[in-house]
Amino acid sequence: MQLIPHAQPSRWRMVLAPLWALMATLLLSVVLIWWINAPILRAFSLLLVGGFGSLFAWSETLTRATPLIMTGLAAAIAFRAKLYNIGAEGQLYLGALAAVAIGGMHGGAGWPLPVWLSFPMMMLAAALAGALLLLIPALLKTRFGVDEVVTTLLLNFIALLLVSMLLDGPMKDPLSMGWPQSVVLNPDLELSRFFEKMRIHTGLAMAVLLALLIGFVNRWTVFGFEMRAVGANPEAARFAGIPVERVMLKTALLSGAVAGLAGAFEVAGRTSYITLDMSPGYGYTGIVIAMLAALNPVGVVFAAIFIAGVLVGADSMSRAIGVPTYLADVIVAISLVSMLISVMLAEYKLLWK
Amino acid sequence: MSNPTVLKLHAITKRFGSLVANNAISLTLQRGEVLALLGENGAGKSTLMSILFGHYLADAGNIEVFGASLPLGRPRAALAAGIGMVHQHFTLAENLTVLDNILLGSESMWALSSKRRAAKAKLLELANRFGLVVRPEARIGSLSVGEKQRVEILKALYRGARILILDEPTAVLTPQESEELFATLRHMVNDGLSIIFISHRLDEVLRVSDRIAVLRRGELVAQLPVLGANKAQLAELMVGRKVVMPSARAHMDTGSKLSVAGTQKSPVLNLNAVHTAPQHGLALRGVSLQVAASEIVAIAGVSGNGQNVLADLLSGLVATESGTARFNGEPLPTTPGRMVRSGIGRVPEDRHAVGTIGDLTVWENATLETYRSPPFAKYGLRRPRQAILHAEKIVREFDVRLTDIRAAAHTLSGGNMQKLILGRVLSNAPRLIVVNQPTWGLDIGAVAYVHQRLLEACATGAAILLISEDLEEVFALADRIAVMHAGRLSHARPACEWSLTSIGLAMAGGEPCN
Amino acid sequence: MELLGILSGEVFWIAVLHIGTPLIFGTLGVLLCERSGVLNLGIEGIMVVGAFAGWFAVYQGAGLWLGVAVAALAGAAFGLLHAFLTVWLALSQHVAGLGITLLATSLSYFAYRSGFPTVSMPPTIQPFAEMSWLGIPVLRGQTPLTLLALMLAPVIAYALYRTPLGLAVRMAGENPAAVEAQGLSVHGIRTGAVVAGSALMGVAGAFLTLSAFNAFFFNIVNGRGWICVALVVFASWRPGKALAGALLFAIFEALQLRLQLLSGGTLLPYQLFLMLPYVLSIIALVMVARGAAYPQALMKPYRKGER
Repeated sequence: MQLIPHAQPSRWRMVLAPLWALMATLLLSVVLIWWINAPILRAFSLLLVGGFGSLFAWSETLTRATPLIMTGLAAAIAFRAKLYNIGAEGQLYLGALAAVAIGGMHGGAGWPLPVWLSFPMMMLAAALAGALLLLIPALLKTRFGVDEVVTTLLLNFIALLLVSMLLDGPMKDPLSMGWPQSVVLNPDLELSRFFEKMRIHTGLAMAVLLALLIGFVNRWTVFGFEMRAVGANPEAARFAGIPVERVMLKTALLSGAVAGLAGAFEVAGRTSYITLDMSPGYGYTGIVIAMLAALNPVGVVFAAIFIAGVLVGADSMSRAIGVPTYLADVIVAISLVSMLISVMLAEYKLLWK
Repeated sequence: MSNPTVLKLHAITKRFGSLVANNAISLTLQRGEVLALLGENGAGKSTLMSILFGHYLADAGNIEVFGASLPLGRPRAALAAGIGMVHQHFTLAENLTVLDNILLGSESMWALSSKRRAAKAKLLELANRFGLVVRPEARIGSLSVGEKQRVEILKALYRGARILILDEPTAVLTPQESEELFATLRHMVNDGLSIIFISHRLDEVLRVSDRIAVLRRGELVAQLPVLGANKAQLAELMVGRKVVMPSARAHMDTGSKLSVAGTQKSPVLNLNAVHTAPQHGLALRGVSLQVAASEIVAIAGVSGNGQNVLADLLSGLVATESGTARFNGEPLPTTPGRMVRSGIGRVPEDRHAVGTIGDLTVWENATLETYRSPPFAKYGLRRPRQAILHAEKIVREFDVRLTDIRAAAHTLSGGNMQKLILGRVLSNAPRLIVVNQPTWGLDIGAVAYVHQRLLEACATGAAILLISEDLEEVFALADRIAVMHAGRLSHARPACEWSLTSIGLAMAGGEPCN
Repeated sequence: MELLGILSGEVFWIAVLHIGTPLIFGTLGVLLCERSGVLNLGIEGIMVVGAFAGWFAVYQGAGLWLGVAVAALAGAAFGLLHAFLTVWLALSQHVAGLGITLLATSLSYFAYRSGFPTVSMPPTIQPFAEMSWLGIPVLRGQTPLTLLALMLAPVIAYALYRTPLGLAVRMAGENPAAVEAQGLSVHGIRTGAVVAGSALMGVAGAFLTLSAFNAFFFNIVNGRGWICVALVVFASWRPGKALAGALLFAIFEALQLRLQLLSGGTLLPYQLFLMLPYVLSIIALVMVARGAAYPQALMKPYRKGER
């Protein structure tokens, strides 16, 4: 079997690729649902309605989409420079920690600073925490040539244990009766809700703005060009005078910062305190989102909303007919693999020799 | 009396997309014959032989080996039929031993143990028979280029090849090593082997072959016995027209005048007893070199003797450990960025992997070294329109043939890519230009163009350092020539003071270096 | 000193081998894949699949060894998918591997949850028994799978260095063009290596449910797969060093557990001890990175005819 590049890579093929992926995903999910003897049509309709069928559903979906946009952006930024940041999960948690440390300590009143000062400080602290966490593997890569995939992964486990340690100790909520959760954020520092009774918060707007900003950086700034050049061919970039290591480190700082902010948005917008299960794998799902969006920041927003809808819909479907919520994770994984395959087939033809 | 025809190719056709690499080519090979496959780069010689060996599957045509039809598209079938190939880029694993590389594939996959001792004995006997010196337990990575080629040859002989294909074998050898290779070929022919010898070098082809087949743009344009053939005729057949190489003589007249004057001024580039740390096992040892304005100094030498370390030093990728390196009297810049800004132009050896970023557009590659400064960027924001205008200018002035300046750079052909890189470098009016194997893999038209532009740049005052393994190119362009061997550089003598013999000797380390 | 006391007790070394066995299987599995030139980041997910499939087979009444075989088969199946994506379709080995981990993990959890919807206590099976009939100390406290793991390392070393198949695998990881030039199929060899390695990863997972524990639960693998990936680099891709590395790691892990108990839990938070394996893995990677003798074609997909 051989792969031959298409003579004329057509626009059509690239546009159709995600649609093929979607169809493949749908097909395989149908097979799974059928295999566990659940009603197929009902399952799908519950999924769609649960994710997108009502105002409430949309609110839930968009709330879930907010951290996914952020981790998706973090992955997209890093992967574009061929820096495989698998550590967004840990960076998210550390960002949340930093946010609560600034905004929630001292008995829930935060530091004696006016809100307009402590809010940006909180966000800055979260970004810094995430950035510094990713800086470690990035430095190991640039200085010692250590592959960043495994180091960022291992740091996830370390970060989570750190959070657990702090939740048991200095950041423990005295009112939580032994349950590991953190002190609560100063309510003034929370992100405001868009509507009463709906969980969707201004973090979403900030995430979308950030996506647009990153898109602008990618296309119009020198730094954006450098990231792309380094990701495409680091050797040629170095030869041409692009400071490859510096670009990699700056990329790491940016990606980690965005992931850290994801944690801050979650704490300030959705939960108000940190728990160990705050993130059901947002960091990893962000990678899938980035790949689905072909590393395009604006695409990340749409992919995140799609995935969030599937996850929320699966929750409600599971409650209704008992199909395990893990179906959503399977759907996410299948859509990643099928997207990879269909993009490859859009560029190359398969030939039996 | 067995049939003297050992190989018959019939109407072999191969297309890559819209490019017809081989067009209905028919050839025969007789027993004990050396057939030269001649053509310039891109003519289709390697493609044809790759089809014979089974790396590619022909779109049409068939092949008969020793009278039997050859299953196409499978190297295994070719090997079983007695065809062996010595590839241009050696197919050897650096981390494994000679014996490992030769043994691979020769035993049944499912055997419970490798019979290494017997294999070693057989290898040594074979090496003895053909006069090839080899160390079976040596790691490939520690071998010289000549030794590696011997391993490639033994690989084929070990598998019982009766037809041997050699793809540009002398490209990586010193003149003396080439002689040894020719002796080995004669030995093999006496043993009854038949040989196909791919080359674009007219001298060798005339020396070594019995018959010559000339390919041009995928077609077989001529087949002639070597007796009575001459260089001019072959060159014309190869190219299809008379080609005028830029007159090196005119350059040499002005050049020699200027270089006399030039040596009285301070040189543009001045390296004095430069040592570097080892890069992949190679280091510069006490290299001294001066290049003056309007002068072309060439560094000749077999690949792998430190030329790339020198090129990296002059590209800002490697630092000096001791000794001094000066550019226009100032210390040599140490990063690529500073080099570009100081007026040093660099054309790298590998235009695909180092010279351009294939996934970026042509115009982005045209400004790859200058993307950060005005007018192409301001306050950290890019100004694509300025960059595109500049790129269009380069494309016009340097005859870069393309369909869309916004297309990805990897769609450019090798020659056009090199012209783009050259244009990018020359449009900055550099005072020193470092070019490394500038015409490797280019067709004769592109070669002439590149040489012409280099000579023009030289005439306007630039100092040029040419690193090249192509002795023809070296003698065509250089005012002075130095030879690199094992990290040491010989004295740079005027071109007229070198002969093929003396330069070959120096390339093999025979001449005392400073 | 207390440390000496711990180190001289048989109980300690029994624990070391318990902890080390899945690491040995997993590391050897990754080693096979990477030697042929393919990075297999699907290991974390394949270990989950192996753990689940093996356990489920036994739960349904199969014998323990049949369960191990089922786990190996499940691992091999996902290995085949990974090979298809990375070897035949030449997709990014990093991303494909992560995709396989996500797919394998989510499928396993999905299957488990749909088969056992509302369970507070995970259903158990009868795991492998210790081989107390064996007279040798430390080994008599182990299950047969551990013996298999210990024997596997020299077997793989022999296969890699002394058989034609092993040579072909090593060549595929060093210079695929050389393999094609000798008439062999790079795709075939790499696929075979990845499938075989993934089968071993499946067995690593099966050890967790059929020997170490007696049930399947979420997060049963808990990062062991990633540690195996780090250990292969630490072992310079050599089976003997892989065995040593896995055991060394297991020693630290077992030690950390004992130290946790000794320190009474009040001086240092237990989480610090739990962090140790991951920190050690990172340190091991850094120590080795400088002189790493990479298989030269690792992570470079080979496109036939592209030379």
